[in-house]
Amino acid sequence: MTNEQLKEKILSIDPKVEITEGKQFLTVTLSTNKIINLAQKLKNDEETKFDYLMCLSGVDYKDSLGVVYHIGSSKHNHVIVIKTKTSNRENPVLESVTGIWETANFHEREVYDLFGIKFKNHPDLRRLFLDNSWGFPLRKDYVDDVNIVSK
Amino acid sequence: MEEIKSEILDKEKQEYTINMGPQHPSTHGVLRMVVSLKGEIVQNLVPHIGYIHRGIEKMCESLTYPQIIHLTDRVDYLSAHINNEALSLCVEKALEIEVPERVKYIRTIMSELTRIQSHQLFWASFGMDLGGLTCFFYGLRDREKILDIFEETCGGRMIVSYNTPGGLMYDIHPNFQKKVKDFIKDFKKLLPEYDQLLTGNVIFHERTKGIGILSKEDAISYGVTGPSGRASGFACDIRKIEPYSAYSKVDFKEILFNEGDTFHRYFARMEEMRESMKIIEQLIDNIPEGDYCVKMKPIIKLPEGEYFQRVETARGELDVYIISDGNKTPYRVKLRTPSFCNLGALNLIAKGGKIADLVAIGGSLDFVIPDIDR
Repeated sequence: MTNEQLKEKILSIDPKVEITEGKQFLTVTLSTNKIINLAQKLKNDEETKFDYLMCLSGVDYKDSLGVVYHIGSSKHNHVIVIKTKTSNRENPVLESVTGIWETANFHEREVYDLFGIKFKNHPDLRRLFLDNSWGFPLRKDYVDDVNIVSK
Repeated sequence: MEEIKSEILDKEKQEYTINMGPQHPSTHGVLRMVVSLKGEIVQNLVPHIGYIHRGIEKMCESLTYPQIIHLTDRVDYLSAHINNEALSLCVEKALEIEVPERVKYIRTIMSELTRIQSHQLFWASFGMDLGGLTCFFYGLRDREKILDIFEETCGGRMIVSYNTPGGLMYDIHPNFQKKVKDFIKDFKKLLPEYDQLLTGNVIFHERTKGIGILSKEDAISYGVTGPSGRASGFACDIRKIEPYSAYSKVDFKEILFNEGDTFHRYFARMEEMRESMKIIEQLIDNIPEGDYCVKMKPIIKLPEGEYFQRVETARGELDVYIISDGNKTPYRVKLRTPSFCNLGALNLIAKGGKIADLVAIGGSLDFVIPDIDR
């Protein structure tokens, strides 16, 4: 499907999401409670069939914490980007997509480990690389005078 | 006596847990797996990783783009060249630079040589994991020839750092074309030897056929890419989906099987080596004349925005996602590494099998631990 068709399709599922044409991909920005519904429908629809989560990245936007999903299709080879964020830095909670794409299990554990974003309904949310004595190193306000040399 | 006997019988029915790794010869690095067993049947498997987590993504945030090249080498040290290519392509995409044709050709040849040497090491270590020590000697003997070619042109053997944003570090060595052609000629004769030793071996078939089956749906859902995914029928070859460098100019076949068992994950890699040789043969005599590098500014600053590049490494899909705020260092770099995602499927395919098969299954997924930990 072309970007125009995808845009129409996404708007027909949820008319309230914000869609921008990025430099590379169509970018959908939405609030976290809407992602399960949209992702499930995009995955199950034969025309879109977004069944492959290629990349899930946590990002610290300084005023908020967010997650960027790059999702693709094994059948049609089109790619879209979904972004969601939360402004609560003390206790950030986002919706888990492990039920839709199994690979999100590890990715979300990694994001929890390095950014401290909790994922609701995740089956096994434990730290992945580090132990509990660490903070959340990929956050921009993380301070480690010993190991990270700042300029 | 009777009491002890019944106690032992009770214990056999109970589930118990053993620790495999972090230092286990079959994990090829520091990967720890906590395996729950009933008898010798695997009930559950929990991988524990992070022993060599270096925080590469965090380090990238304080380095300039040409410096990051030297970190991407160390992510998957067997696909070092392809990892560098991913970052270089991403930066070039952001700056809208078109590299000379010569660079594209050399990058593609080098990438395929990297793929062959990675699969050779896979073949060597996989054979050794299953008890065939000869494989290890044969595999490493032949891999040495590719590393020699790398050394002559790049200076490094494994950690090559040959790609750089804008092109290549140096031009190819005058002997490069001749040596590559010699290698292809030799290796064509040697590959049937590999097949005689392992592919056609009855004991090997018994150990691998029908073991650790991964269905196509699961491969897609778990994001298992590379030869492991293609053995399950998931057409995920980025070289075909989004051709980069000179892949659009060459004719090669995407290796796809539907069986999804350990044997076909192995066999997909063997076939890929043949396809890689085909690609190199098509390019090696036609490397165009020209510059090996575009002149870049001394300080590379990416325009504000987000950039995403997919490449196919020897283990699967590597994605580089750069968020730039216009400075000389990136705001955020994410590396989606293939081994990390492939590891997620290990519990699924090892469950219900025997503990002895776990070695075969783990070997067939071809993990590189720094690629998991980053």
